[in-house]
Amino acid sequence: MQFDPFIIPFNIGLYFIVIYAVVRSVSWFGDLSRPDKLRLQRGFFGKAFGQSIKEIFLESLIHRKILKSNPRLGYMHMSLAFGWFLLILFGTIEADVFGAHHLNAPYKAIFFKFFNPEHGRMGFEAAFSFLMDLILAFILSGLVLAIIKRFSSRVVGIKKTTKLRVLDKIALTSLWLIFPSRLLAESFTSGAYGTGSFLTGSLGSILASFLPAQEMAYPFWWLYSLSLGTFFILLPLTRYMHIPTELFLIFARNSGIKTGDQPGAFREIQIYSCSSCGICIDACQLNFSAGITNIQSAYLMKGIRNNENVSDIAFNCLMCGRCDQKCPVGIELTPLRMLSRRAGETVENEQSIWQKYFPGRQVMLPVKPVSDPSYSWLKQEEPAKTDVIYFAGCMTHLTPAIKNSMITILEASGVRYNFLDEKGGVCCGRPLMLAGQDREARELINHNSQLIWKSGAHTIVTSCPICYKVFKESYYLDVEVLHHSQFIKNLIEEGSLKLNFLHRKVTYHTPCDLGRGSGVYNEPKDVLRHVARLLKSDFEDENSLCCGGSLGNMKISSRQKSMIAHDVATELTKGNPDILATSCPLCKKTLSAATTTRVADISEIVADAIVRTAIKKKLNEPVRKVKVAVDFHN
Amino acid sequence: MERFGFAISKGRQIDYDANSRHIAGYISEREPSFRVCIECGCCAATCTTGNFTSFSLRELHILLKRGENESVRENIKKCMLCGKCTLVCPRGVNTRNVVTLARQAFQKFPADAV
Repeated sequence: MQFDPFIIPFNIGLYFIVIYAVVRSVSWFGDLSRPDKLRLQRGFFGKAFGQSIKEIFLESLIHRKILKSNPRLGYMHMSLAFGWFLLILFGTIEADVFGAHHLNAPYKAIFFKFFNPEHGRMGFEAAFSFLMDLILAFILSGLVLAIIKRFSSRVVGIKKTTKLRVLDKIALTSLWLIFPSRLLAESFTSGAYGTGSFLTGSLGSILASFLPAQEMAYPFWWLYSLSLGTFFILLPLTRYMHIPTELFLIFARNSGIKTGDQPGAFREIQIYSCSSCGICIDACQLNFSAGITNIQSAYLMKGIRNNENVSDIAFNCLMCGRCDQKCPVGIELTPLRMLSRRAGETVENEQSIWQKYFPGRQVMLPVKPVSDPSYSWLKQEEPAKTDVIYFAGCMTHLTPAIKNSMITILEASGVRYNFLDEKGGVCCGRPLMLAGQDREARELINHNSQLIWKSGAHTIVTSCPICYKVFKESYYLDVEVLHHSQFIKNLIEEGSLKLNFLHRKVTYHTPCDLGRGSGVYNEPKDVLRHVARLLKSDFEDENSLCCGGSLGNMKISSRQKSMIAHDVATELTKGNPDILATSCPLCKKTLSAATTTRVADISEIVADAIVRTAIKKKLNEPVRKVKVAVDFHN
Repeated sequence: MERFGFAISKGRQIDYDANSRHIAGYISEREPSFRVCIECGCCAATCTTGNFTSFSLRELHILLKRGENESVRENIKKCMLCGKCTLVCPRGVNTRNVVTLARQAFQKFPADAV
């Protein structure tokens, strides 16, 4: 029986973490809603299984997404995760092939060198030692990067790295100690017996030349075992909990479970899956344009994990979704933030160690109980029957050029439409939702829904991406919801809109709620390509910037907003476009204040391009009075 | 006594000692831009709710600062937080946060709302 007391810390740690991971997974599964449980079962025993295994390999071990966007940071994560995995895998094989027995206890693989110091002198054994040394060198190279990153994060190509708590620091230190102590322990043993490959062998012979290698090895084996044990025991209290949680998350996500608008087990799983890698901090415009560095999603996740009052963090966010898009773990950060907003202020409470290891279900009220309705003054009107409803939205009423252009386009196309909020309508409800006031928002949604039902329309066109998103997601309507860019594209394809080509250079700014929020990227660009020369910018599609004027942020000052807007305008006007185009009235208003380049909504550009005779013909028909502005300069 | 149809009108002075300005304090502590409002009324002019009712954020602002909270408490609920007022404000007051904080304060300290 090969045994030595130094393996006890490792064994305690390992069995603890395995049992803990199983218990936690079972409790998460129990907390899932019934439909989600069924989804997960079906996903686990179905097609999604293979997909999940593939994703675990590519994302949790190789870290493909990080590698793609930032090779140096990706290499750091890959060397630690994939390298450690290879070390365990080949260590087990080594112990199985060359050890005294087959199917050994895990400690015999981990401490193989200690129990078999004579191993690896020649032939196949030496080749295997070489491989093990290579893997160890691979991990150590990543570790060097990780240590440098702590002191200067720019080295790995990120500007900010997360700040850590005391427990995180202890766990991080024990993680850092694992591999150097293994290196030294193996080197001393190799030095004493004259074995080892290029790394442990050569380091061992150097060390053995002036140190008593035989005596020095034993303490380092203890250190190796102790740091492993400490890391495993502290893991559930720190950000390293993401290692076991992420596996569960990948299975749950591939089974089709979504965050939704109710807090529950999936929310908790996502919160524990955050590794605080800091990629969201780098993506955040509040960080790089406005200098706010303590509210990013990694801090929100950490705050929720530690049961802090996160309402200040939750409300200080543009809700642009850039972090959501960049998160390598694929956590649904924006929906999670919405849930925190809805919960309002939470009470910060100290937890015992037991509670930290086994947090209770994080109970949140889905909607704040407020007594009486706030909008009882809303009068229900009888709208005219029509095919298409045009809903401009509050913001469009502040930018009359967009409204007028849309009327021109609608008239020129000959569609039977009704301008629903011509005299100013009721807000769509999304601003209230963003402020965490869902019950109030529901009142407005009901009011508008009834108006739309009564009109009998089959299509609703809106000029505002904020309205578009809420119409699509939170209104239960049996009508087609279109943003005006999609509507214009349809008109062009049908041939009901005849357009000239304007010889202008245009850069397109994708609004957050339309692009990342609703997935409408191509339609506005297609429309623009039809009427002008579209330039490329560095921030296209998923990587687009937020103008800074977002209604999502309740906290930042107007000065900070304009700092963001200036940075965005500078970036987007780099190619010297004649027009900075967007498809959101709020973006237009925010960006116009930040640049001297003309900022125009795509509807304005299209209205400019309409073949004039088409307008005149329509004007002669006495259907409806239209104001046609001859010049659409803002 | 003979009644001539005249009466002494009720005093209309603002009694700062009697009024609670706690709510205004709560707001300006958390949203400093509340203090820089010049009561120009742009917010009220553009207001979506003001289009349908007599809701005026300018008025509520003034009343809050005076500590005349009673009518504010009911009226502030009418706001739809659409954010037009924030965009038109020449002083850069974060009006959406002011309204949200006022609602919060009325819920937290119902005693001050009189």
